[in-house]
Amino acid sequence: MDIANVTRAAARGLRRAAPALVSVVLILLGWEVYVDLSGISATALPAPSRVAAQGWQARAVLAENALATLTATLSGFAVSLACAFVLSVAIDFVPLLRRALFPVFVISQTLPLVAIAPLVVLWFGFGLLPKILLVALVTFFPMLVALVDGFEATDRDITRLLRSMGAGRGQLFWRARLPSALPFFFAGLRISITYAVVAAIFAEYAGAARGLGIFILNAKNNFRPDLVLAAVFVSSALTLALFALAVMAQHFAQPWRRA
Amino acid sequence: MTLRLDDLRLTRGATHVLDGVTLEAREGEFISILGPSGAGKSTLFELLLGSLAAEGGQITHNGQPVQGRDLFAFMPQRDALMPWRRVIDNIALGLEVQGLPRRAARDRVRPLLPRFGLDGFERHWPHQLSGGMRQRAALARTLVQDRPLLLLDEPFGALDALTRTRMQRWLEARLQETRVTTLLVTHDVREAVALSDRIYLLSPRPARVVEVFDVPQPRPRMETGPGEEALALETRILRTLLEGERE
Repeated sequence: MDIANVTRAAARGLRRAAPALVSVVLILLGWEVYVDLSGISATALPAPSRVAAQGWQARAVLAENALATLTATLSGFAVSLACAFVLSVAIDFVPLLRRALFPVFVISQTLPLVAIAPLVVLWFGFGLLPKILLVALVTFFPMLVALVDGFEATDRDITRLLRSMGAGRGQLFWRARLPSALPFFFAGLRISITYAVVAAIFAEYAGAARGLGIFILNAKNNFRPDLVLAAVFVSSALTLALFALAVMAQHFAQPWRRA
Repeated sequence: MTLRLDDLRLTRGATHVLDGVTLEAREGEFISILGPSGAGKSTLFELLLGSLAAEGGQITHNGQPVQGRDLFAFMPQRDALMPWRRVIDNIALGLEVQGLPRRAARDRVRPLLPRFGLDGFERHWPHQLSGGMRQRAALARTLVQDRPLLLLDEPFGALDALTRTRMQRWLEARLQETRVTTLLVTHDVREAVALSDRIYLLSPRPARVVEVFDVPQPRPRMETGPGEEALALETRILRTLLEGERE
């Protein structure tokens, strides 16, 4: 891709994002004006300008905590992905496993994170492990379902064709079922990665040495809603960045969609 | 080389599908299996490919019972091209399944592309091709497997009339070159008459062979258009089909 192409793509992207940008700016502006006119105290509702200024002053601490949250998110999600992939393949080859394990995973999804998070921290301490476990708990099942459903969505004619060519179960999986699952996998990935950030922050909130979750808890206890909101914006930015990464990964993994 | 289907019988659940189907294909022949929709034509292919087992009768090749699939190259109703494979890799699929490395499979496929009108399209994705081109790619994928028997399951059913005629013409020319034994399942009478040496007409379910028609017209036929003889045969077959439905 040459420079002119990149510039054109960037301009096109900007034009498409313009309506959303305008509405975000309008909301912030309305908020600012409301705080200004109503004279509400900054400890109840800080203006966006104050959030930005205080956030900027605390940028070193915020960055350090954001990095901790990012580490927890990505390691938890990596563990979750690896487990979901291995288990989905096992289920694809041994359908009995599905009936044996799915009810257990469905129940795991009904557990309220509020109740589980403090317990997991109690059992495994303030380190990385409880965060990995909680992120995995939240994201594992959606990824597993996406993969299992994806394998099963394989075109019947393609299956018959491969069988007629003499392909066995293994070839059928690599040549048809795995590529067929890609769109499902990436749909699951885009959703799960956003859940993963929320889960990591929740895990930190329940007890951690570092991370946006514990930063938010401390800021709240110190009556600093401006810093709470600054951390919220940082976590939103983090989530959006990971979402964009997932979209980019799909872009590169499915070149036929671009043509 | 002779393939024989002898008195094949099959019931699936409560449905009586095949009621003793017998037919034969000799070396280099083009055989059509013609019948109303849902008659069980495609089921015959599933029996040949071993994805279903008949309850009665047998399938023999040169007098020996058929085992394994390396006798047949199969083309399903829709083209079944994999959207994630480039055109050349879709055509080479069968060779890769047979164990040929991707590069070697591509090298075997490349010289064939011009004959299939796909020259210059090898790096394209299937969704970038027209309906006719997709069908030609699917046919190339079938022929390149180099099996003694072709099984074509309504290969042109999804195409518009003009493209279909063009494809039939083109298929006739290809088969003139190779003379590979072919079984075609279709419900298009004109297609069967234009392409076949012999036509087996099936009854509605449960299927049995109602009548066998020989098509003596010399080839190539598509160039000259259907002769009077072929048109008369077409009318006769259509009448038999319609009468069969009234019963």
